[in-house]
Amino acid sequence: MLSGGDMLIRALRDEGVTTVFGYPGGAALHIYDAIFRQQDVKHILVRHEQAATHAADAYSRSTGEVGTVLVTSGPGATNAITGIATAYMDSIPMVVLSGQVVSERIGEDAFQETDMVGISRPIVKHSFMVRDARDIPEVVKKAYYIARTGRPGPVVIDIPKDITNPFDTYPYEYPEKVKIRSYTPATRGHAGQIKKAVQLMLDAKRPVIYAGGGVVQGNGSELLTDIARKLNYPVTNTLMGLGAYPGSDRQFLGMLGMHGTYEANMAMHHADAILAVGARFDDRVTNAVNKFCPNAKIIHIDVDPASISKTVTADIPIVGAVDSVLSEMLALILESEQKPDASAVKNWWEQIDEWRDNHGIYTAPRYDNSGEKIMPQDVIKTLHEVTGGDAYITSDVGQHQMFAAQYYLFDKPRRWINSGGLGTMGFGLPAAMGVQMAHRDAVVACVTGEGSIQMCIEELSALKQYHLPVKIICLNNQALGMVRQWQDMQYDSRYSESLYEDSLPDFIKLMDAYGHVGIRVTKKEELKAKMEECFAMKDRVVFMDIAVDTSEHVYPMQIAGASMRDMWLSKTERT
Amino acid sequence: MRRIISVLMENAPGSLSRVVGLFSQRGYNIESLTVAPTEDETLSRLTLTTIGDDHKIEQITKHLNKLIDVVKLVDLTEGAHIEREVMLIKVKAAGAQRAEIKRCVDIFRGQIVDVTASLYIIQITGTSDKLDAFLQAVGDASILEVVRSGVSGIARGEKVLSL
Ligand SMILES: Cc1cc2nc3c(=O)[nH]c(=O)nc-3n(C[C@H](O)[C@H](O)[C@H](O)COP(=O)(O)OP(=O)(O)OC[C@H]3O[C@@H](n4cnc5c(N)ncnc54)[C@H](O)[C@@H]3O)c2cc1C
Ligand SMILES: Cc1ncc(C[n+]2csc(CCOP(=O)(O)OP(=O)(O)O)c2C)c(N)n1
Ligand SMILES: [Mg+2]
Repeated sequence: MLSGGDMLIRALRDEGVTTVFGYPGGAALHIYDAIFRQQDVKHILVRHEQAATHAADAYSRSTGEVGTVLVTSGPGATNAITGIATAYMDSIPMVVLSGQVVSERIGEDAFQETDMVGISRPIVKHSFMVRDARDIPEVVKKAYYIARTGRPGPVVIDIPKDITNPFDTYPYEYPEKVKIRSYTPATRGHAGQIKKAVQLMLDAKRPVIYAGGGVVQGNGSELLTDIARKLNYPVTNTLMGLGAYPGSDRQFLGMLGMHGTYEANMAMHHADAILAVGARFDDRVTNAVNKFCPNAKIIHIDVDPASISKTVTADIPIVGAVDSVLSEMLALILESEQKPDASAVKNWWEQIDEWRDNHGIYTAPRYDNSGEKIMPQDVIKTLHEVTGGDAYITSDVGQHQMFAAQYYLFDKPRRWINSGGLGTMGFGLPAAMGVQMAHRDAVVACVTGEGSIQMCIEELSALKQYHLPVKIICLNNQALGMVRQWQDMQYDSRYSESLYEDSLPDFIKLMDAYGHVGIRVTKKEELKAKMEECFAMKDRVVFMDIAVDTSEHVYPMQIAGASMRDMWLSKTERT
Repeated sequence: MRRIISVLMENAPGSLSRVVGLFSQRGYNIESLTVAPTEDETLSRLTLTTIGDDHKIEQITKHLNKLIDVVKLVDLTEGAHIEREVMLIKVKAAGAQRAEIKRCVDIFRGQIVDVTASLYIIQITGTSDKLDAFLQAVGDASILEVVRSGVSGIARGEKVLSL
């Protein structure tokens, strides 16, 4: 016989949950007491509930398991909202347990009452309010099942305090399976469509594979890589898909989209066949939809039918999970007598190589690093060098994020952890905490800006408590750089509220206050040595405050309202 | 184009708000909405009418289907179907008007369900178009109050929306 609180924690254990990120409070105290009395589920005490959600989210992104969050009612629940929305936009599986006021007070504006199910409704895959303690095992089972399957996403379980009361006990049994009659996520794609897709790919003269976060999420990277190599076709990844195809491979064109590479955007625009897989034709990728890839036939593989033909109409839609669909495609490709048109593909590569030679960011630096200043791009390149390209890199949001995406060539999936869909500043540091919890011995670095790091910087304290030695690489450009870039380009450099007027904290002293190490870098020559010093401190949290060029922009940048091939290539040069 | 979408969903707390929330969240409009339990008390049947081009309707049905509570749905306007709406109207009916209105009610095969010296309450059932036409025939000047149930619908023939 177990109380509701004990049942909840036991159910987590039985679901295989080992780590919960959370923060206690009145409505959750029975649950916290249940946590105290067991060993199987470890709780990480964050310093702000937003950080709990980002940490659990990143835990999931880096492992593929469902992240778990526990918060109290009212302010605890509302603080979790930004992180739930972040996970929702990037389709990350997560379960958020929120305490609620006792059942009979609900609706009375009771102390710390908020309608969590209501507030979170537009940003969750599903939500539950537990009304009877006996339902807990089944609700937990269903929540994890829903979060993990189909198109993954966050699920909220709201639990009134009386439900977890230690004095009411019930028999406990964790269900082995769940069945939800109204929920049957797609798995296998339609065989006929898959056949058509393979035919289109084999007939293509100018093919491109456009792969997104779904390939990372759905563990389709190896299959994708096999297919691309077998066909010798070029691959581009979205911001969310980086690592789905090896970044240092010759066939990789880099990221596409707003800050995508010249060659990736040109190849997309001129393609005659596009294999879109686990990508959702986001507006940051397509630019103006009516000018998008005018000559291409589009195959779109996605587990969520609502993603298909949402913004760009697919010629061959395939609803299914990437691993299943790609393995069927690979089998058909291998057994097909028809081979890709070698001479067309050769010509296509020649064209692509010409684009690369002319404006590619990997063939030559397209920024001026001849001066004294440290260029942000060079910081990322140095980071790649010092970490052997093998670190887990989390990021905040802004120019530094784009530089990291462009220049840290990710060779493996689940190594690049960033907020793409919501673009949540403050994500990076708690995300690094979540990743380091999941991979205690791995090298984890957070690429951030002096703006973003100040959102959720309180987690330095949690990093201390749990001995999580993450490295913080702060590209300090003395401004909300991405905002300033837009102000330069569209508002005649009127820097409305994007500068701090000498109010930035001394990050080195701040690190000292938290018991961590701070390293300041102001000279180009010392960058690499100091970064090596940073990563040599394996068991310490180290913050590198790197003074980078304060006026640099991110390029390429697509020109709004135009097609994919229309880009600014530098402050003065455009296509 | 106007569509009638009929949804079978779990009769559970929160399911209606998820459907309604979806429409406001994604900027789809709801013209009318009716919902009630079915013969199987674990299920509710919800009928809504909305306006949109094919692309929008496709997105609406896909997103509705994504809701965990939604078991099945059908766009009735895709095939032959029967559509009904009930309307109750309170109208001024005095003097010569009384006979005039009575005639109108008969033509539309409505019923007068309550009477006072100066007004009628009329019940009319039919398609939304028919109800609109009746309102026009009676004229704004005599109408005091209108209440419409929203559209209910069912497919003609063998087609059945059930588990
Ligand atoms: C400052 C800033 C700049 C940005 N610039 C760019 C840019 O230049 N280029 C860019 O690409 N993005 C950019 N983004 C990110 C952009 O906003 C989107 O988040 C991103 O493009 C979406 O990536 P995606 O298409 O891979 O989709 P995701 O959001 O990763 O969605 C994954 C898709 O795969 C599907 N899926 C999930 N699991 C499976 C499975 N198992 N099987 C099949 N399908 C599955 C899902 O249904 C979904 O449709 C930027 C963001 C910020 C904050
Ligand atoms: C929570 C939140 N608020 C506002 C924004 C809008 N925004 C996007 S980038 C950016 C500037 C980020 O500055 P910094 O972290 O210093 O990065 P930089 O661009 O300078 O590299 C802002 C304000 C956001 N993405 N998230
Ligand atoms: Mg900055």
